[in-house]
This record gives sequence, structure tokens and C-alpha cells, in this order.
Amino acid sequence: MRNLRYLLAGTGFGFVLTKSEAISWFRIQEMFRFQSFHMYGLMASAVLVGIVSIQLIKRFKVRTLAGEPISIEPKPFTWGNVIGGTTFGLGWALTGACPGPLYALVGSGVWVMAVGLLAALAGTWVYGWLRPKLPH
Amino acid sequence: MAITELLSRPWPWYVAGPLIGLMVPLLLKLGNKPFGISSSLRHLCAACVPGRIDFFRYNWKEEIWSLALAAGILLGGVLGGLLFRNPNPVSISPATAADLQAFGIANSGGLHPAVLFNFHALLTGKGFILIVVGGFLVGFGTRYANGCTSGHSIMGMSNLQWPSLVATCCFFAGGLLMTWVLLPRILGL
Repeated sequence: MRNLRYLLAGTGFGFVLTKSEAISWFRIQEMFRFQSFHMYGLMASAVLVGIVSIQLIKRFKVRTLAGEPISIEPKPFTWGNVIGGTTFGLGWALTGACPGPLYALVGSGVWVMAVGLLAALAGTWVYGWLRPKLPH
Repeated sequence: MAITELLSRPWPWYVAGPLIGLMVPLLLKLGNKPFGISSSLRHLCAACVPGRIDFFRYNWKEEIWSLALAAGILLGGVLGGLLFRNPNPVSISPATAADLQAFGIANSGGLHPAVLFNFHALLTGKGFILIVVGGFLVGFGTRYANGCTSGHSIMGMSNLQWPSLVATCCFFAGGLLMTWVLLPRILGL
């Protein structure tokens, strides 16, 4: 199964997310209250590693395992970045979770987050439904 | 014993952060995939309840990798949160602990406050808003924003995309508004 590699990558990511406590409502509250460096250090070091990695991939024209060229699609600006971004932020502070942590929390035994995950699916669906009417 | 201890205790940001950042080159190397999680929610909608909505009518089977990634994250949660569970409370700063204690939220073990996040709480106004309304806003907002903390704040910013910086600032604006203005009222319900 060629998707097994992504399952394994996800498992590693979910494990690190859990160990970093980035999936904890307490840590998210601490972050939004500016009472610890933990989450800021976590994100800043992740982005730093990401930036260096992408620069190296571009410079050395690194290819995929299958030998295909790597290309990253740009993310064009839309007003959704602002309106949707703020909306997500409200939900992030309520649930203490972004989408990755929603999955990890369900696995980690916060079972009620399965309901939160279903609600997130409902939110995604409603966005798809309202999309033609929303400003972008 | 030492390895179990290492896997059970929380990891500092300077260990976990770089590992999270490595997801970016890993997924590119594995198959030219952009790091991002919220799109898996869209693919799940497309697979299960596409309706007649154009946004969900595409060949989601080409995106199964994204669902495999999401399933993996859940598995990682099982490993990190159940099998190698940290027996101690999250070591948040004393200031946060005091702020939350004022709302009757004790940091007495577990990643999420058990008093707010349980099935009984779903039937209360407070719990419903935190879990259901909150989850809805996460799903709606990330799709509208075309990405979440992974897709924008890590992947997009790693690729120096300014719209991702804008999105990240708005994530924070929303989070600050909730934490400082709305949440105190909700927690008082």
C-alpha cells in the first residue's frame, strides 16, 4: 500500500504533537495569555527548520523518492485568509485544538473530541455549501 | 526503562519544534506532498457527504494520502497519549494555572481539562460552545482560510508565502479575541 508511508509519517507527527503538548488546551491558553515561551519556541523552531529545508530542496533540486521533481504550489491571497483565519482562531482558543491536534486528541483518550472532530467536518461542509456566497 | 521514561515525559520545544518542521521536507521527499492537515476534513466530506456541492465533487481518492496522514496522527495520539502517557499534569506556567483556577478549571492531569471536555459537558451551554461550536469554527475557518496551523503557519511560512503570514496573524487575532474577551464570559456560564 503506497499510502503506508503517510500513515507512518502521520504517526510520528501525532506522537511529537502529543509529546510537545501542543494539543493541550492548557498550552493553548498559556500561549494566548503570553505566559510561556513554549508554544512560540515550538512554532518558531518548526518554521525555521521548514524554511532551511525548502531552501535546500530548491537549491539542490532534490527529487522525490520516486525521482520526480519537487514543486510547491504557491498559496494565493484571498480574503478568506483574513475572515476564515480569524474564525478559525476563535475556534482554536475554544477547543484548544487545530485540525492536527483534533485527530491526536481523539487518539490520546480525550474521547469527546470525536464530537469536536465531527463538528469540524460539519463546519468544513457548511463552508463548501456557502462558498459561492462568501467573499474571497 | 530509560527509553520508556523518555517516551512518556513531555518534550521541550527545542526538540519537538524542529521535528515538526521536518514534516515539511519529509512529505515533499515522500511524494511531493504539501504539509497540511485541514484539507483532510474536506476530503472526508467529499468521500462521505458530497451532496451536490461543487466544492466536494472531485476525485478524493487521489487524496487518500492525506487521510492516511490524518489516521496516522490519531495513531500517534494513541501512542503518545495512552501507551506512553505522561502521568503528570501539563507543566503550564503558574500564572496560567492561577488564571484558569479562577474559573474553577484545575490542571490536575490530562492534556485537556476533564471538567470541560467530557460527554456530560456536551449537554451544558459551556461544554457545547467549547466542543461543538469550537469544532465547527475550526472546520469552517480553516477551509475558508485555505489552511490551518500546519498548512499556513508551518508549510506556507516555510515557503515564505506572505498570505500564510497574514493567515497566521489572523489565527492569533481570533484566538486573542476569544481568550481575552469572549472566553471569560463563556467560562462563566
